[in-house]
Amino acid sequence: MKTVFEKPKSLSNVPLHYCPGCTHGIVHRLVAEAVDELGIEGKTIGVAPVGCAVLIYEYYNFDMAQAAHGRAPAVATGIKRADPNNIVFTYQGDGDLASIGMAETVHAAARGENITIIFINNTIYGMTGGQMAPTSLPGQVTQTSPYGRNPSLCGYPIKVCEMLATLDGPEYLERVSVHNVKFVRSAKKAIKKAFENQVNNKGFSLIEVLSTCTTNWGLAPTAALKWLEEKMLPYYPVGVYKDRSKVQ
Amino acid sequence: MSDKVLMKGNEAIAEAAIAAGCRHYFGYPITPQNEIGAYMSKRMPKVGGVFLQAESEVAAINMVYGVAGAGKRVMTSSSSPGISLKAEGISYAAGADLPAVIVNIQRGGPGLGGIQPSQADYFQAVKGGGHGDYKLIVLAPASVQEMASLTVKAFELADRYLTPVMILSDGTLGQMMEPVSLDFPQQQVFEKPWALTGTKCARPKNVVNSLHLVAEKLEQKILARYERYKAAEQNEVMCEEYLMDDAEICVVGFGISSRVARSAVNAARAKGIKVGLIRPVTLWPFPDAALKAAAKKVKAFICVECSMGQMIEDVKLATEFSKPIHLVCRSGGVIPSPEEVVGKIEELMINDK
Repeated sequence: MKTVFEKPKSLSNVPLHYCPGCTHGIVHRLVAEAVDELGIEGKTIGVAPVGCAVLIYEYYNFDMAQAAHGRAPAVATGIKRADPNNIVFTYQGDGDLASIGMAETVHAAARGENITIIFINNTIYGMTGGQMAPTSLPGQVTQTSPYGRNPSLCGYPIKVCEMLATLDGPEYLERVSVHNVKFVRSAKKAIKKAFENQVNNKGFSLIEVLSTCTTNWGLAPTAALKWLEEKMLPYYPVGVYKDRSKVQ
Repeated sequence: MSDKVLMKGNEAIAEAAIAAGCRHYFGYPITPQNEIGAYMSKRMPKVGGVFLQAESEVAAINMVYGVAGAGKRVMTSSSSPGISLKAEGISYAAGADLPAVIVNIQRGGPGLGGIQPSQADYFQAVKGGGHGDYKLIVLAPASVQEMASLTVKAFELADRYLTPVMILSDGTLGQMMEPVSLDFPQQQVFEKPWALTGTKCARPKNVVNSLHLVAEKLEQKILARYERYKAAEQNEVMCEEYLMDDAEICVVGFGISSRVARSAVNAARAKGIKVGLIRPVTLWPFPDAALKAAAKKVKAFICVECSMGQMIEDVKLATEFSKPIHLVCRSGGVIPSPEEVVGKIEELMINDK
């Protein structure tokens, strides 16, 4: 009998703790598939963020570090510099990467650090109960923007890919989404390329993944996917923001 | 006997780190320790090492966390305000049982303070600094030679006890030049089976982590760590006793203050006063036993510090408040003079008559 679908080798047997409808599980799997397909499981080292994905170190079978809030790109820099033969990635949410860890993110990108960053943008702080994130949309209701995010009071969302694309350092920046199968498939392609770049010593790659937070958005799983498509996609257009391999 | 070279204290630390096998250094500029980064930026590329000027002290200590997690010897250095920024990362490294060396070339504080030498980060170094139940092994050099030799020692202690180790020095020792021998004992190699080296698909994964959501599990990790601390307390205390045999007054000082204290002891001895010096070299573990023994012999203690009096609290605890303890101190970047210390010694002798 031919096997047509199975769990990636890089994923452990620990059950995921995420809420129903949360897209972390999809992205975890895409990372594992990329690592498996590139045959780099034995030399991959992941760095966990602080946030909902803090326990990601339970879910993979390769080596993992857990970093302080926002510091994953600095920790990854250390791990990579300790042995550049290893493949080092961080997995970070929007609060971790774009708020408290913005300096570490921008400077790792500016250095062209040969690491891979998987950036989950779900416009909200999940783990702490749904506070306003640096990527919360104008008007978005959160625990700490109960009347809707008011840009005149707390400014505008940060568009990470667009911002980092102004730097000379990064090799590859792409924003993807996982709200339906078609988008999941292109997300997979982007994530794999972001790892492949590192294998080929090309430098800094960051994939921003538009994701859901059913619990803190207060939406059922299908409604959350719809919200992502209708509200997030227009504000955060998917696409390649930088790809040095395409520049002549 | 090996040749000696004339070096600044900061440079001696950098060269000693390389001698100890440190090939990764991360730092952010701050006075008065910039010679360390400058030296590392020149030397590291020559020895196949990594020098990286981080975007902040916060990033630097987290790069240290990464390299230490990967099982390599690694160092960062800063001065007081920068050490405050590193406190978060130091706590995480302590919580993940990572060996690393952190150098604090102290300057006056609090806040931006000043750039003159100080010892006012004693509490921060020995009582925590970051959050949670942890200790640092803290070494206090008092010469350029010790800046070098204690740096080598720091790497060994870090690997042996799986903890960050701090070199607590100050701007004077960092900037001054003295002859130094760079001939160090052979380094012991420590196996690090816990390190993030990639599984090579040949072993179960390693996780470097300070998170334990089950309270009892976190407590177990802390208890295991405190067992190692206990071993360090038993095996690693270092202090120097100078003219203590017949001393009636014991002056206590570390680092730059101990040099002032030594001059004062010599001057008082020249006047026929029986006074000696105890110089803690390890600030944690603190030389409790030496001070307790001294308390049985001497009439009083004088602590000399470049702070408003921080180490004095540990002297009080070590001696169980059994003898009067006096303080000669200057703060804000001012170093007490030997005359101020001699004055206090003479005052005690007069009061004693």
